[in-house]
Formats: sequence, structure tokens, C-alpha cells
Amino acid sequence: MASQAAVGAPRAGLGRKLLGPQNRNLWFWVFVGPFLLGLLIFVYIPILWSIYLSFFDARNTVTPTTFVGFDNYKFMLTDPAFLSSLGTFAVFAVFIVPVTYAFGLALALAVNRTHWFQAFYRSAFFLPTACSYVVASLIWRMTIFNGVRSGLANTVLGWFGFDNVAWLSVTHPPWYWLVLVTLRLWLQVGFYMILFLAGLQRIPPILYEAAAIDGAKAGWQTFRYITFPQLRATSVAVLVLLLINAFQAFDEFYNTLSNFGSYPPYARPPLVYLYYIALGSQQDLGRGSAGAIILAVLIGLVTVLQARFLTGRRRSA
Amino acid sequence: MTVGNDQGRTRPGPLNRRAFFSVGGTLAAAGILAACGSNTGRDGGTTSAAAGSTEATAGTTAGTSAASSAASSPASGAGSAASSASSASGPAGAKPTLNQWYHEYGEEGTKAAVEKYAAAYPNATVKVGWFPGDYDSKIAAALLTSDAPDVFEAGNGPSIDAIQGGQVLPLDGLLGDAKDDFTQSLIERMTYDGKLYAIPQVIDMQLLVYRKSMLADKNIQPPTTFDELAAAAKALTDGDLKGLFVGNDGGVGTLVGPTLWSVGADYLTKDNKVGFTDPAVATAFGKLHELFTSGSLLLGAPTDWSAPDAIVNELCAMQWTGLWTFPTLQKELGDDFGVLPWPKFSSSGAGAPSVPIGAYGSCVAAKSQYPDAAKAFVKWLWVDQTSFQIDFATSYGFHVPARASLAAKADKLKSGEAAEAVKILQENGHAQTPLFWTPASGTAMSDAVTKIIKDGADPTKTLAGVVGKVNAELKRVVK
Repeated sequence: MASQAAVGAPRAGLGRKLLGPQNRNLWFWVFVGPFLLGLLIFVYIPILWSIYLSFFDARNTVTPTTFVGFDNYKFMLTDPAFLSSLGTFAVFAVFIVPVTYAFGLALALAVNRTHWFQAFYRSAFFLPTACSYVVASLIWRMTIFNGVRSGLANTVLGWFGFDNVAWLSVTHPPWYWLVLVTLRLWLQVGFYMILFLAGLQRIPPILYEAAAIDGAKAGWQTFRYITFPQLRATSVAVLVLLLINAFQAFDEFYNTLSNFGSYPPYARPPLVYLYYIALGSQQDLGRGSAGAIILAVLIGLVTVLQARFLTGRRRSA
Repeated sequence: MTVGNDQGRTRPGPLNRRAFFSVGGTLAAAGILAACGSNTGRDGGTTSAAAGSTEATAGTTAGTSAASSAASSPASGAGSAASSASSASGPAGAKPTLNQWYHEYGEEGTKAAVEKYAAAYPNATVKVGWFPGDYDSKIAAALLTSDAPDVFEAGNGPSIDAIQGGQVLPLDGLLGDAKDDFTQSLIERMTYDGKLYAIPQVIDMQLLVYRKSMLADKNIQPPTTFDELAAAAKALTDGDLKGLFVGNDGGVGTLVGPTLWSVGADYLTKDNKVGFTDPAVATAFGKLHELFTSGSLLLGAPTDWSAPDAIVNELCAMQWTGLWTFPTLQKELGDDFGVLPWPKFSSSGAGAPSVPIGAYGSCVAAKSQYPDAAKAFVKWLWVDQTSFQIDFATSYGFHVPARASLAAKADKLKSGEAAEAVKILQENGHAQTPLFWTPASGTAMSDAVTKIIKDGADPTKTLAGVVGKVNAELKRVVK
């Protein structure tokens, strides 16, 4: 490329040189430029800005003047509420990651086996993915899991003679996890089912034929020794995605559990806590930014470790 | 089918990089597909705390008011861009354009009313912004930018951080002769360092509402102490009908102030020290846990305490709610409801019955291009135009005018339970929270109270944990 440009150089001026052969440079920027600009303005500059803010006492301002060094980080790392929000995330991840994984895989296996209406089932299960988290949260909170008899869950309990349960209000037992996990499961399981379906369809049929000839029984044995190992790449990607999504949980928590500007200390994931510090009533952008940076580093770290752990050492390849 | 081209993939060995990325590509494509509909606003970004959250706020407080009619987007938009920079120093004859922001009032007709007032102002073009959802965050974010509104309302006036950060202008002298006519506790609440930062618009109060017929059926007298209230709640509970409703969070959001006042304590003392170290406070909060677990409290109602639906639909016999629900209560229940303050804790202690009162105050942003015009408009609307003030207070929801002379004129407040409520307000009203009670202190307190009420945490120890946090905040803001 460079040499081609050099050949053209004597004839044309700097302009032609910049355009590149066949205007390739021009077209590169025409196609990439807008996205890069958007990325720069809406992602990179805000990230850099929040790193900057995290070293200042930035209350009610985005152009702070009081430099405080690592004080904000020290505060966040010793703030019991922030630490407990990380604990909340851990609990949520422990529920939602394996459950979504298992349900997504099971659905994919079922849909993959059926030959009747496969496209219909695929669409039907995928459809909730297109629903907004906010809308779904309101449905879960107000119609399915409200605490009175008119709620769907309590109506069903009523058939069996049970009393009403205030799903989102009580902490003993912590029924709110049932609400949060079912909500997210319903919203995202179809998406991961599609990923698994794609993975299943990448498995060459010859493997199953060979296994059958070798005497492997259809069902569990084939799944255990052929299907599951072949889905490894998909599984790793699904697990990484699930974990990142769990880290970023905000919408359904905020919309099911918040009350009038306050949010209970339980089931308060990191983003919700940071939202109240930085963007809600407290407007403490310095500490909020420090928390966001800590969270970003944690997500990066966990993702890298998880990918490394799950993909194993790269022996072949 | 065939064999040939799958050599690399058939072996279920460790995942190589190419396979990982090829699956990753599929994922990315599926992700784009999903993004068409899911609209969570945070595909792809891992650190965007800000990006993820802003969008979610829009749909949050749907439970706030059942009466809220249209959640249409504000007419004015965010910017004062229309008024260009040149006109800032332009000829004296040109009318400035002012942006005035309100949170969404649930009661029908309120928006049309404030637009009517704005249109009637002769000296400037006033555009009304009307914001459903998390208004406080919206204002806080807007005040950071040059798109800040010129005039806006803030619950109980601007926060101490907004005042100390220079985001709002002092409004000294705007009240003029009317100064003594305004409710003094609210003027004090919105004053810092001798300067007034907001003009109270109307007074809102919370109070206890009960169904007279239900209490009469069980031969129960309106409770005057906490124990009587708890006993009444228990006696009134009958299957799906619960005795008392204090909010879906069990009273965390509503009862902190009333509980403190019920034993003679307070958030802060007069000289701005922590005001809740009396052991009686811990006892009182401990009782709220008993109430929470008694089975006589309505929890998980489809709409929260601020809407009248629970008591109207006979989900509960007594409900903590606000004066603003009176039009609905009168329409649905007729005479079959009475009002009470939150009772004192016991007949012997230092406490007293109480109701929290608050007011939205009209403020002027420091970033306004026309600070003098904005102040003049605020004075015109909230000091001079008394007929608009009465109309705003009593024609839509039910509020008490912030000025004694107008409260005396408001016919709707003169009879029945409304008159009773005004009497309670005058005798038992407390400003909701003090100026130096910062949001961080509020969060620490509500976290602690949640643990006490819901988890049954030890009240003494848990409240002691709040003291340190509140002291740190006081040290920061009391100068």
C-alpha cells in the first residue's frame, strides 16, 4: 500500500496521496469515520472523563477543582454498601448464570430435535428478547408478583389455600430473588437458545454417525461425549456474556425494587448503587466515577480470567 | 452429509483462538439482532454506568400516581438554544425566553394550568417543561450543563450541595411585604446563611387516612398512640383486607420522620447535631419491625402509598397517604373517611403526633442567561399572582397554599376532613427533613431502617452505625 502510494506521488499532490489508491483511504474514513466519531464521543471521552473525575472532589459539577488523589477509591473500597453491592452481584450471578445456561441449552436441544414447527418455536422462544426490561419489570412487579390477591402468583397460591405473599417487600425468605431471576431468565433465555442452536448446527453429522457405529447410545451418552464437548466454544462465549450482563444488571432491579427515590440495601447491584451516588440525588460524581472504574476493572479482570480458565491452555491450534 | 471441510473443528480439544472468534462473530450478529428490540441502551459497553442508567429512569415511577393521565414528552425540550447568545445582550425591547421546569403532577389539568400561568406573563416568553419519572435526577444533571432551565421547582428547595456549589441564585428581597405571610417553617427550610433560595409554591402534607365505617364496625376508636394503631391494624385485618398500609417498603420511605417525632427526637437537633441517639428511638423503630411481621400490614400493593387506590379498593382499612389524594377520596368514599396524624409513640413519653409537610420551591438557576428576568418571573408568579396560587393549590390535586392569607381564602379547605387536615398541619406539621440532612445521610438512614424493619436487625446497633455517616456529612456541609 505504502509503495503504491509512493508511485502515484510524483504525479499528484498531497491530496491524492491522502486519498490513497482508488480512494481507499477516503472510503475507509467514509465508512469507519462516523462510527469512530460516535464511539469517541459517547464511549471513550466519557470513560476518560470519569477517570479524571474519580480523582477529584466532584459534587454537583463535572469540572471539579479540588484534587483528592485516591481518596475516592479509598472511600469506595471501604464503603460497606458498595462492597455489599458486589456481594449482591455475586449472588445474582450464582443464580442467573447457571440457570440461564441450563435453560438455554435445554431449549436449544429440544427445538433442535423437533422437525415440526421448528421456526415457530424458535421465534416464540426468542420473542421475549425484544421486550424492554422496563416494561417487563413493570409487568412482573405490578401484575404477576404484586402482594395482593389480584396478582397472578398469589392467585395461583390461593387455589391451594396459601396466604398472599408480598414477593418484593419481604426479606425472609428473600422472594425478591425469585422475581428478579425469573424476569431476567424470561427476557434473555431465548437469545442464548439461539446461540446454542447455531452451535448445535455447526456440529458435523459425521460425528454422530461415527459414534453410533462405535456403539454410543442415543440420548445421554451421545450428549455427554459428542454434543456437549462440541459446544465448548459456544458455551464459553455464553458464559462470558452472561457474566458480563449480570455485572451490568440495572434495569430490572431499579424498576422492580426502587421506591420514591430510595432503594433497599438488599438486592442492590453495583450499577444501581453507583447510580444513586453519582446521578441520583447525591450527585457525587467523583466517588461515583471511582466506583465505576473499580467495576470496569473488575469486569475486565473476571472476563479475562474466565475466558482463560474455560478455554484451557492452548495446546493444539 | 459430507466430510471434507471440517477437519479443524471436529476435534473437541481445547478451544483455539479462531474458533472462539468465529463464535464471537455469531454472537455479535445475534446481539445486533437482539438490540433491535431490547432497547436496554447498553449493548457492548462494559463501563458505561452512565449510559445504562439514564434510559431506565424514564419508565420508573409508574406507580407514583394512578391518576397521571398523559406521559407525553415535554413541549419545551431541554435547550434554551432557541434564544441565541446574541440576544442575551440584545436590545432592551426583545422579550427574553425563559424555560421553566416542573415535575409531573399526577392530577389532571395541572399541566394546562401552569402553561396558562406562563402564557399570562407579559415580560418574557415562558416555556414550560414537564417531566415524568425521576425529576430530581433530571434537574441535577441539567444544572451541570448550559441547558439548565432558568426557573425550576425543587422539592423542599435546592439541596445544600446545589446551594454551596453555586448552582442556584439567592432570591433575597423577592418576597417583599409578603414575607411574613409565608409559612415560616418552609421559609426557614429554604434559607441558607441568611439567604432565601426558593419560594415555596404550595404545601404538601402526608397523613393517615382511615375508613370510618370499618373502624365503627369493629368498635375501634381512632388511635392516638402507636400501640393503639398497631392493635387497630390487627383488629381490622380480615383475610385479604389488611389493617394498615404505610407503603410497599413497610414504612421505610414514609415513617422515619414520624417515628422520630413520635418519641420527641428528630433527624438533627437545632444546632445541627445528630438528633436520634435517644434509646427511645431504637425502641420505636423496633416496634415497626413487629408491625411489619404482624401480618396486619398491606405489602406489595399494585400502587404505592402516594396513590389512594389501596384504601379506595378496600385492600386496607387505614392508609398513610397525602393530602393530594383528597379529591379522589371524596369522590370514591364520600364521607366515609377520616384523617389523623401519625400518633405519638406512647401516652407518657416526650413525643407528639406529627405529619411531615413539604413544599416544592421555585428556584432560579445560576446558569440562566437572564437571571434578572427569571427572578422577576418567579416573583410575579409565586408572590404577586395570588389568584393563580390559589388555583394551583386547590383546583387540581389538593394542596395548602404556602401563604396564610391565601390558605384562609381557599374555600375547599374550610369544611369537612380537609379542614381537619389543615388543622393537623398547623398543629403537628414538621418540615420533612432539615436542610443539612443530605441525600447521603438519607441513604444511610433508610438502609438502616430497612434492615431494622425487614430483617429485624438490632435497632440500637444499626442506628449507631448511621451516626458516623451523618456526622461525616455534617462536617462537610455545616460551615
